[in-house]
Formats: sequence, structure tokens, C-alpha cells
Amino acid sequence: MIEQAKKRIIDQFGEEAAIAVEEGLQPILVVNPDYLKDICFLLRDTEGFYFDFLSNISGVDYYPESRFSVVYHLASIPYQTQLILKVNIENERALDQLPEVPSVADIWRTADWHEREAFDLVGIYFSGHPDLRRILLPDDWEGYPLRKDYEDPEAYHGIAIK
Amino acid sequence: MPNYNEGLEKYNQKIASVTSQEMVINVGPQHPSTHGVLRLELITDGEVVKDIIPHLGYLHRCFDKHAESMNYTKTIPFTDRLDYLASMNNSHAFVMGVERMLGIDKAIPKRIEYIRVLVCELNRIASHLIAIGTYGIDIGAFTPFMWCFRDREHIMNMLEWASGSRMLYNYIWIGGLFYDLPVGFEDRCKEFVEYFKPKLVELDDLLSNNQIFISRTANIGALPADVAINYGCSGPMLRASGIKWDLRRVDAYSVYPEIDFEIPVGKGEMGVLGDCWDRYKVRVDEVKESVKIIEQCLDRLTKDFQRTPDFDPRALVPKKVNLKSQEYYIRAENPKGELGFHFVTQERTDIPRRVKARGPSFNNLSVLPELGRGQLIADLIAILGSIDIVLGEVDR
Repeated sequence: MIEQAKKRIIDQFGEEAAIAVEEGLQPILVVNPDYLKDICFLLRDTEGFYFDFLSNISGVDYYPESRFSVVYHLASIPYQTQLILKVNIENERALDQLPEVPSVADIWRTADWHEREAFDLVGIYFSGHPDLRRILLPDDWEGYPLRKDYEDPEAYHGIAIK
Repeated sequence: MPNYNEGLEKYNQKIASVTSQEMVINVGPQHPSTHGVLRLELITDGEVVKDIIPHLGYLHRCFDKHAESMNYTKTIPFTDRLDYLASMNNSHAFVMGVERMLGIDKAIPKRIEYIRVLVCELNRIASHLIAIGTYGIDIGAFTPFMWCFRDREHIMNMLEWASGSRMLYNYIWIGGLFYDLPVGFEDRCKEFVEYFKPKLVELDDLLSNNQIFISRTANIGALPADVAINYGCSGPMLRASGIKWDLRRVDAYSVYPEIDFEIPVGKGEMGVLGDCWDRYKVRVDEVKESVKIIEQCLDRLTKDFQRTPDFDPRALVPKKVNLKSQEYYIRAENPKGELGFHFVTQERTDIPRRVKARGPSFNNLSVLPELGRGQLIADLIAILGSIDIVLGEVDR
């Protein structure tokens, strides 16, 4: 499945769209973030793939490397298959310069809340998201707790939290 | 540079620009019909809901952060606290993921797998009984709630006997179980099944076919199948919309392929396909299927895989979970839908880099603004109840 998907993506968008296949227990297709939305539309709407169900999105921090990745777990209900997409972003982890990935919330509405969660906890900015606010933490929270270099604040609104 | 506060500003703008005819009403976080600490901000016009803005996070206990600061074995009790009404199912999913990464999932003895399925299905019944009972209470029927809790109590007592705890079991371990089932468990479980079957008929008479209940739930909050898929709804939510999608069959994990059971789907019997009554009915039917699964498990456990004196349920439990650097996504069918765990492991340590839990309620709840727009406030409560959320899993 993953080789077919890679071939179809390369046929459609060229060599640079699908970067690599990470082998393993579950192979992962690493794609170019610039083509992410086109690839997602293609995988959702093309016969033979029909990945209409987005199970999960997770943001991963590869500290101490200056790299983040966003992993998309897709499933196809008509064909009962699964596919994993991944985008890697280089970022120097400054709080005013978040890693940026295009939002897929207009392709699968599941992505809406999952992207908000990744923004909230890992600090990944999804450009084009309709409503990118923090979801689990309070709106005025500072920092992104699931980053490996995150340090807990001493207090929140005068409440000691350490 | 993009404005990272744009979403927040838009939200504040939206609340500030409510007209004098409209009103902002908070449902929750301390409202019984929200089944926990969920806060819904409603923009209403008279009794009609114009928009719904859910606010989550009141029960956020940092599952992801905890999971990546300790080893896999220690994380199992935390998974129990995700969907605390179905703890067995949560730890089963988590444990299966780790076992597959270790490559020992095929080596687990059949007796252990059957015990796992048995306790998971008992827990599924308990979870659905709460869903059914509290749904009755949400729309004004008190008796079903008491009846369901009475029957659930038997399950709680049995699972407490097996694991030592009433709700948060830590019973399923990586590579095995905490203990074998106590002697006599199978007989007591059989007695329970015999006791429980007529109660399900009573429940149908009391609630499912009750005219008041039907009037409150049929044709309310119909969820079309394409919308359900696009919002990532799973479990009874998706099946009520007519899609036969059950991961126990699709992924065929554990010993489910050896067990005979049906997948109930919504048929639109009382109204539109995918309405609140369908979602309720799918759960009732699933309880009946779970009873069938339990009977088959008990049959196998007392005939083919009997307890032997030298049987050690911890024989395969690893001393240390040593994994190479890899990624794995495991999904399993919880009472509420697809529970997934995404593991990113690290070399030379048994502490994962990242564990993300994909809670079914989190995704099922995200469809609420779509379903509730344009409905009456009273119907919104009926819709929310039919989604059957557990806040432990929405907020994690």
C-alpha cells in the first residue's frame, strides 16, 4: 500500500513530494510539507486509496536535534487499510518562531482539534487552521509542555505549581 | 511572522459581538448532563442554539507527559484513568501495542488472551450500562439509571475480585496478567450471565420502546455517515450512522477472530438513520453481543484452556522493556470507539520519547457543534448524552 501511495504521489507531484519510506513494524511515508495538502486531498479522494478517516495527528519533538515532526495516521473505511504520513520540520525552538505546517482541517475535520492539541502541547503552528487556540491548557498558559526543553513555571496566577 | 494569538482574538471577537437579541449561556463545567467537567458555551436566540463552543481541559492530567517520563509498565495505571469506565479496554490496547513492538504478541498463551477478552467485555457491558442509564437520566427517566447501576455493580464486584480494585484495575500487564482469575470466577460469571439476560429484556421494555423516550430521541441530532467519518467519529457513534466498522473485526486482534459475534448498526427504526435513538440502540445491542462473547470465553476457559497448577500468568512479563528506536500506532475498539496509542520509542532506554493517546470521546465530542446548531437547548442535552463522552479521556 505504502509503495503504491508513494508511486502515485510521485507520478502526480514529482520526486520531491514524497521524500522517503521509513521501514519498520509500520512503514511511514515521509512527505514534503509544501505538498502536504495536495497529497492529503489525493489520498482521500482517489479510487484505490480513499483514506477518508483520519485517526490521529501527533506532534513529536526530537530534542536535542532541532527537528519536529507531525505524524498523520490515516485509515480507509472502504478498503480497511492504514497509512502513516509524516512531515519533518527543522526549527530552532524559539517561542516566537514556531515550526509551521499547513493545516489539513478542511480535508478531515478530525484534524481541527488534533491540530489544536499539537499547537497547545508541542507548539506547532498550523497555517490556515480555522480556529487555532489552546485546547487543553488555559488560554494564557506560556510555553509548550510536551517540548523536551520545557521547564515548569513556578506559579500560575499566584498558585504555586511546583 | 504569523500571529499565534489570531485564533484567540477571533474567539474573543465572536463573544464580544453577540447581539442584544442573542444570549451566551454556559452549560457546565458543573452540570450533571455534561457527565463530568465539560463546559459548553452556547450562543442562543431564545431557546434555539445558534452556536456551541466547547471548552475542554478541566480534567487535564497530563497523560502524555507522564507517559514519556516513566517506563511502559508504570504507564499502565495511567491508561486506566483515561476512560475510567472501561479501564480494562484501555490497558488492553496499550499492552497490545507494547507487546507488538516487543514481538511477543504471538507467544501470549491462549488462556491469558481469553481472560483478557473476558474482562474487557465485562467492562464494556459496565461502560454501556452507564451510558444507557445516565442517558435516561439526562432526559428525565430515573428508574433505568438505578436498574443499570444495580446490574453494573455485579460486574464491578467480579472485577474487584479478580484485580483487587473496583474501577482502576491495572490487571492486564505487558506479556501477561497481574494474577490468574480467582478460583470460582467462571462459575460466578456464568451465574451473572444467567441473571443478566432477562434484565436486558426488561430494559428494552422500560426504556428502548418507551414512547416518551422515543419522542425525546428519535429524529433528534441525526448524524449522516459522511459527516461522522469526516469528524473521526468511531464506535457506536459511527455504527449508528449505518457503517459496519468495528476494529475487533477489522484488525482482528487478540482472540476476537475465534469468537462469533455480530456488529450491530443503526437502522433508523424509530426515525432518521443516525439519530439519538439509533446511537442508544446500538449500545443496547452491543451489550447483548458482549454477553455472547462472554459466554464463548467462559466456554473455552472451562473446557479447552482450564487453569493448571503450574500456569503462571506472569511467565512472559519482561523484566525490562527493551525496544529499538521505532514508531508504532496501535488501535483497539473501546466501548466508546477507536482508542489509539502512538508510540515513539528511544534506543537504549525503556522510557518512550512520545506516547500520544487518541481518545475516542475526544473525536466524538468534536462533532457536537455540528450536531447541535439550530437545535433546542433541551435537545442539545439529549444529543450530548447520546455521544456518551468520558471527560477523563477527552482531557487526558
